[in-house]
Amino acid sequence: MSTRSYHVAARVLHWSMALLILSMLFAGLAMVQSLEPWHLTLLQLHKSFGVVALVAVLARVIIRARFTPPPLPNSVPPLQKKVAKLSHILLYAAMFAMPISGWLMQNAAGRPVVVFDMFALPSLLPQNLALYGFLREFHGWVAWAFIALILVHIGAALHHGLIKRDGVLQQMLGNKPKD
Amino acid sequence: MSKPESSQLALRYAIIAIVVGGLALLFYAVASGLGQRIVTAQEFVDYQEAGNPHLGFRRAHAKGFCIAGEFISSNHVGPYTTASVFNERSTPFVGRISTGGSNPTAPDLASSVRSLALSFNPGTRDAWNTAMNTPPVMPVRTPDAFFAQANAFAPDPETGERNPERIAEFLAAHPETQAAREWQASYTPTGSFATETYHSINAFFLVDDEGSKRAIRWSARPSSHTVPDSVIELDDDPNALRNELVARLENRPVMFDLIFTFANEDDDETDPTVFWGDDRTQRLAGVISIHSATTEAEGNCDGINFDPLILPRGMAATDDKILRARSAAYAESYRRRARENLFQAREGGSQ
Repeated sequence: MSTRSYHVAARVLHWSMALLILSMLFAGLAMVQSLEPWHLTLLQLHKSFGVVALVAVLARVIIRARFTPPPLPNSVPPLQKKVAKLSHILLYAAMFAMPISGWLMQNAAGRPVVVFDMFALPSLLPQNLALYGFLREFHGWVAWAFIALILVHIGAALHHGLIKRDGVLQQMLGNKPKD
Repeated sequence: MSKPESSQLALRYAIIAIVVGGLALLFYAVASGLGQRIVTAQEFVDYQEAGNPHLGFRRAHAKGFCIAGEFISSNHVGPYTTASVFNERSTPFVGRISTGGSNPTAPDLASSVRSLALSFNPGTRDAWNTAMNTPPVMPVRTPDAFFAQANAFAPDPETGERNPERIAEFLAAHPETQAAREWQASYTPTGSFATETYHSINAFFLVDDEGSKRAIRWSARPSSHTVPDSVIELDDDPNALRNELVARLENRPVMFDLIFTFANEDDDETDPTVFWGDDRTQRLAGVISIHSATTEAEGNCDGINFDPLILPRGMAATDDKILRARSAAYAESYRRRARENLFQAREGGSQ
């Protein structure tokens, strides 16, 4: 049984990003349908926190490189270890793809990405309808793939924590396994 | 490590199923409109399409063409707003002149609504888009009422005719439609896009360098140099009005005065159904000078969403429910036609 936890910085980032990402996904799904006055407010928050999420995932990659994550216990079969690794790579890919596609699609729409009313991100793409079409749909496709990955991730974490009780969930919770 | 009993194990699997399944269900429900109390952007644009979408085109004001020119600031409104457009001498724009409706090949003269849309400084914090229409007011003040109005005026699916009883019922329930109806009754379309007055309809805030907000509406009025009659004979060409504007541009730019109308103390800036008369303070913000007109295929206005909530520093949105809804509905229309352009599904239009 593995007893080492993730570094405290990695754990703080993991749980705060979990909260942020779930909020952003729900906000995104709700706001694209709404004609209500809060649409604008939510849209501006979604863009601002999207930039926060991009900065956070960059920090997370640095922390992951700096502090080696604890290994999976030997009770986990090699194939499952590979699948776990792949799922983590895909989660990181989605964490980058969501804010970057959001930023670029705003560029293609000719809209600035203004962060908390303080500054605007540079525009990297020209205004272009077909480009917007691709980036806007890509943002949506990745969102659904991200949701599927998150559900699998939560299911696997709970399986480790409640069924196998092999200490893997505790690596991210930060407390020592009880038994 | 102790092995849990089988009943306990079943409970633990149940917890996992409930957490994961519950979250999946919640995502699905929110994506399907859970928590949306009023008509959604998708339902609204579906209504505009009326089961017959013109792929690749704007769902409203589908028929139009591109214009380009510059805005020349008057220096009269700089103290009220930090917006660069009103503080710099001149700012170029790309715009679009269009007629109402969802049919991109409808004859210019068939539509009762004409509009002038402008886009400044795209992609920057000073980006400003405005979509102005010939009516000065909205008939209703909420998206729900707008939808109810659309339904009341829609032809009966059985008879193909409008139902006067349903219309009367709607109007009785919505006295706020009065100003719009009075304007409609008094309005006669002119023989040129250049001789119409175009209105912001909704109110916006100007924000000065101390952060003070003042509610205004704006309108683009034909400049005093404008030739009042059509400069060419309007024939039955579906693009008759576009041809007329192009003929004007061969001689000189087409110009409009951009007038700001400041709210009175009693005015509610969130209510677009009330007409703001000329007894209010008005300022000439500058001159819109149109230099050229091109088809959408040749021009560069097709990629622009003339979302009235793309506002620069120095301007801000009011809490007008129609204004907020306009922005959200434009976004859905923009997404649909962008997707169609991506898959190159655009139909032959007025090009």
